[in-house]
This record gives sequence, C-alpha cells and structure tokens, in this order.
Amino acid sequence: MHPVLATVLQRLGLGLLTLFVVSIIIFSSIELLPGDFGEAVLGQAATEDTVAAFRKELGLDQPAWKRYIDWVAAVAQGDLGTSFSGRSSSGVDRSREVIELIAPRLENTLFLAAYAALISVPLALFLGITAALYRNSIYDRAVNAATLTTISTPEFFVAYILILLLASLNPIFPSLANITMDTPFLERVYRTALPALTLTLVIVAHMMRMTRAAIINLLASPYIEMARLKGVSRSKVILKHALPNAWAPIATVIAFNLAYLVVGVVVVEVVFVYPGIGQLMVDAVTTRDIPVVQACALIFAATYIILNLIADIIGIITNPRLLHPR
Amino acid sequence: MTQANQDKDDFISPEAESYSAAAEVGFVRKRRTRFERGWIELKKAPLSALFGLTVICIYMFIALFAPIIAPYGEADVFPTPYGPWSPEHWFGTDQIGRDVWTRLIYGARNTMGIALVTTLLSFIIGGGLGLVAAINRSWLDQFLSRAVDVLMAIPSLIFALMLLSIFGSTVSSLIVIIAVLDSTRVFRLTRSVAVNVVVMDYVEAARLRGEGIGWIMRREILPNIMPPLVAEFGLRFCFVFLTIAALSFLGVGIQPPTADWGSMVRENASLIQFAQYDLTAALTPLLPAAAIALLTVAVNFVVDWFLHKTSGLRDEH
Amino acid sequence: MNTENENPPSRKGDLILEMRNVHIDGFSDERWHEIVKGVDLTLKRGEVLGLIGESGAGKSTLGLAAMGFARPGCKITGGSIMFDGIDLVKASEDEKRRLWGSRIAYVAQSAAAAFNPAHRLVEQTVESTIDHGIQGEEAAMKDAVELYRSLQLPNPEEIGFRYPHQVSGGQLQRVMTAMAMSARPDLIIFDEPTTALDVTTQVEVLKAMRDIVDKYDTAAIYITHDLAVVAQMADKIKVLRYGEEVEEAPTRQMLEKPEQPYTRSLWAVRSLEKPEDISDDIILSIRHVDAAYSDVKVLHDVSINLPRGRTVAVVGESGSGKSTTARVITGLLPPLAGEVTFKGTPLPSRLKDRTKEQLQKIQMIYQMADTAMNPRQTVEVIIGRPLTFYLGLSGRAREKRVIELLEMIELDESFMDRLPGELSGGQKQRICIARALAAEPEIIICDEVTSALDQIVQEGILKLLLRLQKELNISYLFITHDIATVRAISDEIVVMFQGKVIEQGPKTEVLEPPYPEYTELLLSSVPEMDPDWLSNLTELEQAAK
Repeated sequence: MHPVLATVLQRLGLGLLTLFVVSIIIFSSIELLPGDFGEAVLGQAATEDTVAAFRKELGLDQPAWKRYIDWVAAVAQGDLGTSFSGRSSSGVDRSREVIELIAPRLENTLFLAAYAALISVPLALFLGITAALYRNSIYDRAVNAATLTTISTPEFFVAYILILLLASLNPIFPSLANITMDTPFLERVYRTALPALTLTLVIVAHMMRMTRAAIINLLASPYIEMARLKGVSRSKVILKHALPNAWAPIATVIAFNLAYLVVGVVVVEVVFVYPGIGQLMVDAVTTRDIPVVQACALIFAATYIILNLIADIIGIITNPRLLHPR
Repeated sequence: MTQANQDKDDFISPEAESYSAAAEVGFVRKRRTRFERGWIELKKAPLSALFGLTVICIYMFIALFAPIIAPYGEADVFPTPYGPWSPEHWFGTDQIGRDVWTRLIYGARNTMGIALVTTLLSFIIGGGLGLVAAINRSWLDQFLSRAVDVLMAIPSLIFALMLLSIFGSTVSSLIVIIAVLDSTRVFRLTRSVAVNVVVMDYVEAARLRGEGIGWIMRREILPNIMPPLVAEFGLRFCFVFLTIAALSFLGVGIQPPTADWGSMVRENASLIQFAQYDLTAALTPLLPAAAIALLTVAVNFVVDWFLHKTSGLRDEH
Repeated sequence: MNTENENPPSRKGDLILEMRNVHIDGFSDERWHEIVKGVDLTLKRGEVLGLIGESGAGKSTLGLAAMGFARPGCKITGGSIMFDGIDLVKASEDEKRRLWGSRIAYVAQSAAAAFNPAHRLVEQTVESTIDHGIQGEEAAMKDAVELYRSLQLPNPEEIGFRYPHQVSGGQLQRVMTAMAMSARPDLIIFDEPTTALDVTTQVEVLKAMRDIVDKYDTAAIYITHDLAVVAQMADKIKVLRYGEEVEEAPTRQMLEKPEQPYTRSLWAVRSLEKPEDISDDIILSIRHVDAAYSDVKVLHDVSINLPRGRTVAVVGESGSGKSTTARVITGLLPPLAGEVTFKGTPLPSRLKDRTKEQLQKIQMIYQMADTAMNPRQTVEVIIGRPLTFYLGLSGRAREKRVIELLEMIELDESFMDRLPGELSGGQKQRICIARALAAEPEIIICDEVTSALDQIVQEGILKLLLRLQKELNISYLFITHDIATVRAISDEIVVMFQGKVIEQGPKTEVLEPPYPEYTELLLSSVPEMDPDWLSNLTELEQAAK
C-alpha cells in the first residue's frame, strides 16, 4: 500500500479509537452520579415508584456494557436520549428529546463559528505571514504586543469592552444576540456581529502568533538560505520554496484554532445570550441535566477530534517524504 | 561557540609554544550568590518584565492582607444595591448591595489562591508522572502517554463542565477537576523535556556509575528541566486562572457568597447597558475582568523575560 | 589535470575577488561581537583558496561574505568586497541576486538540509540558470544530466527526477555541486562540503569536486577544518583564527614550512606516534558477541582482546558497530550471544546485575564532553561524586583528592567551582577524564573522545591520555574513525565493518600491507597531508582498472 494511504488510514483508525474512548468516558459520567440523583432530578416528593421507573428508563437496572452499546447505537441513529428537565415528582413527564433541544442550537453555533472563522482565518494568516516576513520591524512588534495582550485577556472581558464601546456608548450593534429560527440571514449577520467580533479578536491573536512562529521556523531552514544564495527572487523564495513546506504547519495552526473556536463559543454565547449549544450546555450543567451535557460534550469532543485529524491528514498528504517514498 | 574563547585572544603566546590547558579559558568568574545574580538580572530586566513583577507583587500583597486592606467584610450587605461610586463605596455596590472594592480585594485572595493551589496540584500530578514516564520508557510510558492523548482530545473547558455537572460546583471538586485536566499538559511538557535530558551522556554516565533512580531523578534530571517547568508554571497558572474565572463567570465555578472576579463580572454585567447615563457604573463589571487581564498580562511578561533569559543561558553552553 | 594542480597554471590570470579589511559583527548574548576582524583575501580566476581554521574562527562567515551575504544576526560592518569590479558591500539586494547562482555559487555543508524536500533534484539544479535566463529549460535539463555524469553520479539520466530524501548523502553533495556549477559560475564557495560524510564517501566527493572545478577553471573558496582535505583541493591556504588571518601561503609551502606557531600546532597531532608495545596479559576479553537493537542485528560474532596497560583502537565508519561494542561492554546493551570477561571472570550481561566494583573498574569517556557533564553541577561535584560513590570519601579528604585529580589533568583548584559552561572544549574533556580517573579504574573506554575537538586541543588530550596510561597502567579501548588518532595512541588495532571484526592485530601489522580489502579501502580513503595524495590515488585506481 502507498505509505500516504497507509499513514492516513492509521491516523483515521487512531481518531476513531480516540472517539471510542472519549465516548466511554462521557458515557461513564452517568455512572459517577451520586445514588440519590433520581430524587434530585424528580424533586423531594418523588415516590419510590416514580424513582424506580426513572431508573428503569435510564436502564440503571442493566449492566453497564449493555447500556453503553445501546447508547452508542442510539447516538449513531441520532437519538441522544431524553432530557432530565421537565420531569416532576408526580411522574408526569414533560421532558423533551435531547436532539430536539440541540439541533436548532447546534445550527446557531455553527453559524457563529463559521462567521468568526471566515473573518479570522484569512486575517490571522495575513497578519502572521507579514509579521514573519518583516520580523523585528515596528509593524511586527506592534502586532506582537497587541496579540500578547489579547491572549492574556479573558474572552468575556473582550466581549464586555466591545459591548461598552459598540453597543452601550455608541449604539451601533445590539448588545444581545437575539435570533430565532426565522431571523433573516442579513439580520442574523448584524445581530451576531459583536459575538463574532469577540471570537475573531481572540482567535486572530492566537493564530497570528502561531502562524508567525511557524513561518519564521520555516524561513530559518537551510534550504531557504540556499534558495536565496541561488539568486532566487524574494517572491519566488516564498511561493516556491517556503509555501509547499508550509501547508502542514499552517493546517495545524488553523485546525488548532478552529478547535479553540468551538470551545470559545461557550463563554461568548453566554455573554451575548446567544441561543447556541454552548449556552445550552452551561444551563444543563447548572441544572445537572446529564443527557444534555453528555450530548453536548460528545459533539464538542467529536468536532475537536475531527478538526485535529484533518490537520494531521493535510500534514501527511503534503509531506514529500511520504508522497515519494524511496 | 564560547564567547570566552574569543575574548581571551591568545592562550598560546606566539613566543612560547608550550601549551597550558588551564589557560584555555583564562578568566575565573567570580561565583555570586543566587541573590546577587538575581539582583543583577533584575537590574538588566526590560521594562515589561519589571512592570509584570511589580503587578504580581502588588496582587500578592493584596491577596495576603485582604482583611486588613478591605474597608468592609467580604459578605457585608448595604441597603442600596447597584449603588454609585462614592467616598463610602469607591466602586459602588453590587446587585445585592455589597461593596465592590471590598469584594475585589477578597476576590484577589480567592481567585488567585484557588488557581495557585490548582496549578501546584496539577504540577505534582503531571510533573511527577511525566518524569517517571521519561525515565521508565516502557509500557508505563506508553500507557500514560496514550491516556493523556485521549484526555487531551476533549477540550478541557467542556470536560470541566461535564465533570462539574456530575460532581457539583464545590471548591474542592473545582480544584481537583481542573488540576487533573491541566496535569495532562504538564505531563506532556515534563515528559518531552525530560526525555531530552534522559538521553544525555551524563545521565548514562550516572547509570554506568551505578546510581539509583532517585539520584538520577533529583540530581541529574530535575535541575536541568527546571527552567522550562518554571516558565510553564507561569503559563499554566494563567490558563488555570482564566479557566476558573470563565467557569465562575458561567456560574458553575466558585459559588457565592465567596467573592470571586469571574462571578463578579457576571453579577454586574447588566450595568454595562447604562454606560450612556453613568459611565462609572458601567465600568463596575469591567473592573474584575480588568483585574484578571492585568494579572495574566503581567505573568506573561515575566514568563517571556524568563524564557528569554534561560534560553539565552542554554546558548552559552 | 595533475599538472594543473602542481604548478599554478598560467591561464589563471585576472583578479576575480578582492576583499579588503573586512569586518563582520555577530549578535549573541544581547550584544554585537566582532566575528571577522579585518581580513584581506584575494582570488584569481581559476584559483582555489583553502580557508582553514577551528570552530569559531569565522571562516564560514567570511566565506559567505565573499558572496556579499551575511546570515541573520550578522552584518558586514566595514571593508570592501570587490567581485569582478562590483562592490558587494555597497551592492543592492537585486544586484547581488543577479550574481548569486549565476556568477557566484554556494555549496553548503549539509546537503540533506540544503535541498528543498518538496522539489525534485533536477528542478533545483536548473532553477538558477533558468531564472537568470542563462539557459532555456530543455537545454538546462540536458546540461544537468551532463554535469551529473561528469560528477560520476549513478544513473545520471534518472537521478535528477528523485527527491532529496531518496538519495544518499554523498550523492546529494555531488548534486549540490552540479547545482552550483549549472551556470558555470566564476566563483564557488564550498562550505565544509564533506564534513558530514564518511571517509570512504568523502574521497569520491572530493575527487568529483576537484575534477569539475578544474574542468571549468572555476575559482573557489574551500572552507574546512581538515588540513589534509584542503591540501588536496587548494592552490593556496589561508589560516584563520578568532576572525583574524594567521598566515597565507601556497599549499606546498604552507605544508612544508608553516611560519606561525599556531599553524604548526595544527599539524602537531598528525606527527604524534606512540611506539607500539605488545602484551599478552589480557584484562578484558569480548568473546563471540552478537548484539541487536530491537530486531536489527548490529554485531556479528565480535571478539576483541584488551591487554593490561595497553591501548586497543577500534576503527570503523559510522554504522560499523564500534560504539555498540562499547555499549555491550558497559552492560547498557545485553548481547544476544557471547560474553565479556574481565580478568577471566564473565561480567553479568546487564548493567543492573553488575557489582559496584565491576562498575568501578570499567569507566567511560564520551565524544561530546558538553553532554557528558551535567551543566548544573560544578567541577567539584562532577569529579567528587565517584569518589563518594565508590570510595566513600567526603569533606576535606574528598576535596583534597579532587585537587589531586585536577592536577593530574593539568588543571588546578581554581576550577573547583566552575560549571561546565564556563570551560573550554578541551578543559571539559579533561574534567571527564578526571571523573573517570576518580573511580580508580583499570579500563577506560574512550568513545571518539577527540573527534569533536579542535586539532590543537586533540594533541593535548592524547598526550595526557598517554601519560596517564604510563603512570597508572590503565588499559584503553579507544573507539575512533580517525587514522591519525589511531597512530598516535594505539598498540593494537581492530578494524570493524558492518558489525564484524575485519582485522585485529598489532598496530604495525594492521597499518602495513597486505591488507584485507576493506582495511585497504579505509586506509586509502583517509586524506594525507600531501597535496599529491588524491591525484596519486586516482592514478593508482585507474592503473588498477
């Protein structure tokens, strides 16, 4: 088999394995719950019967491995279980399917993340590459100092400063990102401008620094010096000699930051009361609505793993050593 | 390239052909105490590092002497909620009428204290296991490394949220959960740095001498991995500090009535809406956020300087 | 070709490069230091200048400056560099770029790192000629094949279509020479081009380089630290030290009567020779040892005897198994088969199972003294630890003994509280020797102990080792790839090749014919301090064919 294919398949297998172990960890979280959580969910007045029925519904009367298989099978079919909230001690069950809760919010989150990524990735790459090319210039120093400060700042601080400046003092954008299913596209873009801008600022800072470091590292290679000493023009040194070797580090930087973005949305969604999956997860954590937490965690983890996997694979398929084996 | 060689131009004078090994590096450096060396470095430190150090010292002072500095008690409630900035309440009062300045001071103590304990714990766990894995390099190393890979595949904020939903948001579970999650990063760093040291000939020389694992760990490896670990401690502290602040901000971290910067931002966030009527009130929720940002920036500056110094030291060798 | 080398040929005429009072600064430890302190250099068309010096002499920096190039962190601060009437110090980047790759070319030390991994070799070979508009693509490709052929690369038609990682180091170095030659430049800078290669590969590359430089009558600056190599390549030699010129002279004159004591000291190690002394009193014996790293077998039936108070030199190229043999003796790598006996009793194969006394009696000195000493321990701790560990010394007694040991290695007590970073390369290796001596061993394994050191320091270390052997009757197992070192120190020689012992015997026997095939190749590949050596070798080879 071609080494590229072999390595890619190996990485895919490893990714699947990781996902498998992660799913076990997430699944076992329910095992770790204290014994009386039935009462906690259903309320103090719950009868023994309703608690028992609840436990049976969760399958706690069955061995763990069987429940795990059932759970994975259900998740694979898009059934993420039933929320704990909406239940009561009387046994009346007004709870909703987790998938119903998550689906629209996931869409919102992806919208916000894509919005931020579309602005931040090109911007960060541009800033990073130019800072690397003109390193130690005033431009480089300024960009560096600005990004170091941004990195050290909590997301919510950035968010509130933006609210203060762009919503409160100068009411340009709305401070709350209220959107519903029927909000038209342009209206959405306008209403989510501040959360997207917050995420962009944070991501650009991280990404720009990583890009800069990766490019500088690359430009220090002896083959770049050799190309210069062969009289190759500056633009050609970058395009022909640096770029083909830069895909792997750049892909890693992008994937890392998109993964970071996925997590960053949690705080930003809460600040702007944006109806996304992060906000949902935080609410579920507060109310200890375990099925929802599990589902959200699984989605976040899977996104994270897949993004890193993609970066890995880009690194592999652009590696000349693997592309052209001996 | 040793600079000393270049500065000391002639260890063989043109006349005398006799060669003296002792004269190769002719200068004898005066050995200074640790304190003296520290002072000299400090005098040469860049402005950003000095600024960082000053900020850290002030924060530590405030944290240590919070009860003396704070004008009121941590949980004292006054009659006017959301009171304006005034001589009695420098930064006004919060949503249930507690003095914001007092809570900022106590917040320094709580937020920094918890972050520090968490970071220490994560270094004890991650650093210890990382060292063992680096020396052992067998199934144990394999097992730990794979386990850490998997744990790191889940974003730590998400993982923390999940675990907090199970164990509840108490200070102790917060510390343990974040310390364990963070220790994976410490493990990776310690292991990768230590692996580079373990393969050094001087470690092999110690093994050939018959030294035990204890001596090798304490005397041969640890002193040589300290600089990156110390720098990492600063960075991990910032990260932990920001994570705890974020969790508190999300309402699942440090719980009231304990004063804490993250939750203070959340509690007073709505004041921002009134910026056009009363700018000072709108700044109230930003104060704790700024306090967090200032500390992390300060620590980052110091770590930057430290990394620069220690990597410079390595060049010399 | 031979004649051209012997008398400076008449057609070498006009000045092509003239450097006057060149100063170059480098940035380290947060300040600028002068690396090159006012050096003059002139080169005529078709002339080859050997630039020789030890590490830190500024020879590479000066070589690059001849192109008007300074690495990041360096800057040319003064003087003039005239290349064929163009001042490279004042020239703009664009002007210099037009010269680079067309009229001045560069051959770097590590070919593996200097080729872009993403492009085929031939694309990189022809890049500058096409870019500079010297040749069209088709002509350039054809020419590249011709150059590959004249550099004696295997499959010249096909090799260019490979990627850098697909060919060996020696071949890469020749492809890089072809790349430099592609535009038929007036001047080539060779920056230690064979340092990373094994001796047997080095000879091939040297031949190829010299022939092609001769063929096209190119002027060249050949930078190296190896005198014997430069003697083959250069018409004249310039010796640099600490960024200043020591002396310059035509090659023969320089080799026969160097004027400066420093230059003479560079020669010294090659004149060192220990009188052979054979003994049958075997102290350490390696018997029929097979060894492997995981499942790759690296030693095949290796047997070596080490007599008491004598030196056995183990010679071979990288990958010959000589260092692995040392690992088997020390117990770091338990052998698959065979045994190691010390004074007639077998040593446990694993380090863990050996007694403290067994460990004490066999000590080891490493190639890189830098990494052999803990950078955070003072000299006193480094030498004192074996004293405490094996002999139980402490306090004043230990201190006294440390001073004694320092005096044995020609240092003094002022070194007690220095850290390794505050020592020179030679001093570091001396401290390592003292650490080995502290254990009061009967055998010391020396693994390439002088190969990382500058020539002048090598001599000092070898003399010290010889003196200590006489005084303390220690046996050395001396691992090296350098024949001059072997002559200087050994009584007996073991030649290793691909994990097998090819030959073992007294020094004079091994170094005299008749040789086994590999020994002959190895010995004949080692450059000698004779400007005719390479030419004679080539003639011999052709005669043999």
